[in-house]
Order: sequence, then structure tokens, then C-alpha cells
Amino acid sequence: MNYLDYLIPLLQLLCMNVILAASLNVINGYCGLFSIGHAGFFAIGAYAAAAGSKLLMPEFAAAQPALALIACVMIGAAAAGLAGLVVGIPCLRLTGDYLAIATVGFGEIIRIVLLNTEAVGASRGFPGIVLLTGKWFPLWVLLFTVGSLYFIHRLMRSSTGRAILSIREDEIAARSMGINVRFYKTFAFVVGAFFAGLSGGFFAHHSQFIHPSNFNFMISVMVLLMIVVGGMGSQMGAVLGAIIVTLLPEALRFSETLSSIRMLIFGLIMILVVLWQPQGLMGFYRKLFATRKAEHA
Amino acid sequence: MSEFVQYLVNGFAQGSIYALIALGYTMVYGILKLINFAHGEIYMIGGYCGIFLLSTLGLPFWAALMLAMPIVGIFAVLIERFAYRPLRGAPRIAPLITAIGVSIVLLELTRLVAGAQPRPFPQPFEDMSYELGNWIPALDGVIIQRNQIMVFIIAIVLMVLLNAIVMKTKIGRAMRALSMDFDASRLMGVPIDRVIAFTFFIGASLAGAGGMLVGMYYNQVEPYMGQLAGLKAFTAAVLGGIGVIPGAVIGAFILSISEALVVGYSESSYRDAIAFAILIVVLMFRPWGILGRPERVKV
Repeated sequence: MNYLDYLIPLLQLLCMNVILAASLNVINGYCGLFSIGHAGFFAIGAYAAAAGSKLLMPEFAAAQPALALIACVMIGAAAAGLAGLVVGIPCLRLTGDYLAIATVGFGEIIRIVLLNTEAVGASRGFPGIVLLTGKWFPLWVLLFTVGSLYFIHRLMRSSTGRAILSIREDEIAARSMGINVRFYKTFAFVVGAFFAGLSGGFFAHHSQFIHPSNFNFMISVMVLLMIVVGGMGSQMGAVLGAIIVTLLPEALRFSETLSSIRMLIFGLIMILVVLWQPQGLMGFYRKLFATRKAEHA
Repeated sequence: MSEFVQYLVNGFAQGSIYALIALGYTMVYGILKLINFAHGEIYMIGGYCGIFLLSTLGLPFWAALMLAMPIVGIFAVLIERFAYRPLRGAPRIAPLITAIGVSIVLLELTRLVAGAQPRPFPQPFEDMSYELGNWIPALDGVIIQRNQIMVFIIAIVLMVLLNAIVMKTKIGRAMRALSMDFDASRLMGVPIDRVIAFTFFIGASLAGAGGMLVGMYYNQVEPYMGQLAGLKAFTAAVLGGIGVIPGAVIGAFILSISEALVVGYSESSYRDAIAFAILIVVLMFRPWGILGRPERVKV
């Protein structure tokens, strides 16, 4: 029984990271935008969901934990999606590195605002979030992870998804083909933010205590690392990347030295992957088993 | 009145440090169109270099400053050589990712070697402060610390030197040519690799000096100080017009003075949000900054 106490939270964390990576992949990988403020949306999702379950509907949460959990994570996701809309509309006029730095700025501002908002505990953090549904919680996480992946997968095969991909391939060509570039960029951004918020909602209930420092710039970097390692623009890659980045620190636990230098290892991996295998693991895989059909999404 | 002047004084001291970092960002961006995310860490390493040279080797302050600058400069040249140069033809996102990677690696290496705790920075000058009220009665109560004056003067001297290098020397002319038109300069025989390496060297030297000065100013150095300072200095560079050297200095002073005023007149906890708010407002309405020129995207 003991090893389950370790394994289940780890797998929950893994699922949240998978959602996070898949959601950033929509923005960075499919739409070709470069956002590194993902921690901000993750934070909004976590805080909104926590506020939902603790402040908004504590009685309902006690009576109907499963429904309340779904409601709360949806509140978190919706709040993050809304934030994505608010951030996206002005930001997406920018391109490339300017967009990157603006998203960093927004991520930090969100964190600083949370750090100063008394209603959610400010610098003391937000304690006492009830683990709704108790032992069934892992199943809900898993269900929503699979659901998110399926949704994104279907989305990218729809005409909307094709429009998003076309922006990545050539923005000017896409525009001249009549694609509303600003709309689809904002759409991709909102979808990415929405799922990051969903992940945040689960994170809040999973850890039962959240603090603004859980959502600093390093978190955004870790999510970026996941999709870089896995291969940008590939859902499979995002999942693989999330698995590697989540499990590597656990694998390094057996050695004190190795686990103290895990961030160093992550940094090196990030550099080496870009230098030698810019398409990440999925690019490597495609090279190994080159098929005639070019794989896109 | 005197309160306001006091905030200005503090703002100017902090601003000269931001300016030194921002110059490196703006020069590298001007030439390579790359946000060198590792630049903040270079600045932090400058601070640690200062500690090493001052307390371990016991060098006098000026010698330590003269030595620390080229040491961190060489660091930056190596980073450019191994992390950025191989990616010069790659999509622009690629070097951005390695830059983030390099910044993590530098941060973690420093943390492992020097420890995560802040390290005290040896004070090279005797603590001394001047009361402006002694000379100008209207400014009663305004205090200028000697360190603030030193920081300001050293930064200004370095900026004048930089200006001389960029405007008066042959390699400076090559740097300006590269930032104007990369491909044309290459075709005209500008040794681009050497010029880019030199740009990184100069930019990092200034940031390294900034790291030493900030150590002197706040009496301590810590591994995480580069992240926020780097982002703020980048904000300053964008605010002034990225790629424009005087713009970085102007942006740095505007940023630091607004920070000092916010800390003075309202919540100090919002100090760090100011930089990002400025950054976003500038990017929204005038992404080319105060002194820059708008760039058109051509097919």
C-alpha cells in the first residue's frame, strides 16, 4: 500500500503536466507563437478553482464532491481562458521575441498581483483546499487528461486546427488565403490558456495548498522544456516530454548529488536538444522510421 | 520636495546599474535580433567574480573591476560560440530556447559552487553619506551615499567608453554596420563572427561591472539576482528602443526612477510589477521604443 501513496500523487502530477504541455503545444507548437508565460494561466486556473471550492461553494462541495470538482476546475479553466483572451488580444499583435517577453511580463504580473491579493491569502498562500472526491480524485484527473488530449487532437484535425497550423507555416500566405490570422491566433492562445487553467484547477486540489511561488517563471520554463524535449508541434511529443520532465527528477532521487543538480541537467538538456535535435524526440522518431506520409499534427 | 529628490537619487543609482545591463541586451539584439536571456546571469556572475577577486585574492577594487569585466566577457564569448553561433541560420525561436537553457545552467552552476544563500560583498569604500541640506537648504534631509555616487560615476565612465568604442573605432563601425544590415555587411567583408563575439564581450563586460556595482551598492550578491534584473534591464532596453544604444540608458533611468517613485509613494510590493507593466504598455503602443524606428515586415 505504501508505494501507492507515492505513485498516485506522482501520476496525478504527471497528468497535470501532460495537460500543461499539451496546452502550451497548441500555442507554441501548432500556432507558432512563442509564449513563455504559461505559469500565469496555470496560476489563474489554480487560484480560481481553489476560490471556487473553498469560498464560493463550500456546502455544495461537501454535498456533491464530484460535481463540485468538475465545476471548480471548469471555473479555473474558464478564468484562465478569459485571462488568455485579455492577454492575447493586445499581445498577439506582437511577434517572435517581443511576444515571448510580453508573455513573460504577463506571467510575472499575474504572480505579483496574486502575491498582493488579500482575498486569496496574498504572500501567505491559499491553504485548506479540500481534496474533493477523495480517493476518486486520481480517476477524475486521468479522465480530464485523456479528455483534454482528445479535444486538442480533434481540434487540430478540424478546419480550425488547419487554420491554426497554416499560421505557423506562413503567416502572410495564410492571411492571403483569407484566414483571419488575428482571430485564430487569439483562439489558439485562449485554448492553450484554458487547458493550462484546467491543469491548475487540478493542481490546486491535488496539493491542497497553493502559493504564488508555485507559479514562477521557472514553471513556464519547465513546460517549455517539456515540449522542446518532446518536439514542438506534436501532441505525442508533448506527452512524452511531460513524462520525461516529470519523472526524471524522481529517477534522480536515488542520488543526493544528482537530484541537487537536476535543474542543471534540465538546462543542459534544453540546450543540447535544440542544438542537435531541434525537432525533439518526435523528430528523432520520425527520422528513425521515416514514413512516406508526412506527419503533421 | 526633499522626499521626491531622495527618490530621484536612489533611482539614479539603481538606474545606472540597469543601464549597464541594458546596453548588453540592446547591442546583441541590434545585431542578432536575439534576446540573450542569459545576460542577467552574466551580470550575476560579475557580482560573484567581484567577491572572488576582492576577498579571496584580496585585490584592490579598481583592479578587481578591471579583471572581472574581461572574465565575464570571455564567459559570454564562450556562450555565444557554443550555444548561439551554431543556430545562426535556425528559426529565431531556437537560440531563444538555448538562451533560456544557458541561463538555467549558469544559475544552477553558481548556486552549486557558491551556495543559494546571499553572499556579503566586501565594501571597498568607507561608508559615507552627504547631507544635501548642508548646501541647499530646500533639500533638507536628502542623503546621498558615497556608494551611490561611485556607482553613478563608474557607470557613466563606462558608458562614455562604450560610446567611444562604438563611434570611433573600426570594430565599432563594424558593429554599427552589422546592426544596420547583417547580410550587406557580410558581403562587404565585415568579419561577422569576430564582430559578434566582440559585441558579446563588450556587453557582458558592462553587465559584469553592473554586477560588481550592485554588490557594492546592496552589500550582497545572490544567485537569483540575475533573473529579475535581466528582465528589467531588457524592459529598459525595449523602452528606450531596442538596438539603440542611448535608448538603453534613457530607458534604464526612466524605469528605475518610476520604480523608486512607486516604492516611495505607494506599495513597495508592487515595485517589480512596474517594470512589466511598462514593458507591456510600451510593447502595445510603441514597440520600437522611445528612440527607435518602426520596422515594417516585408514579404
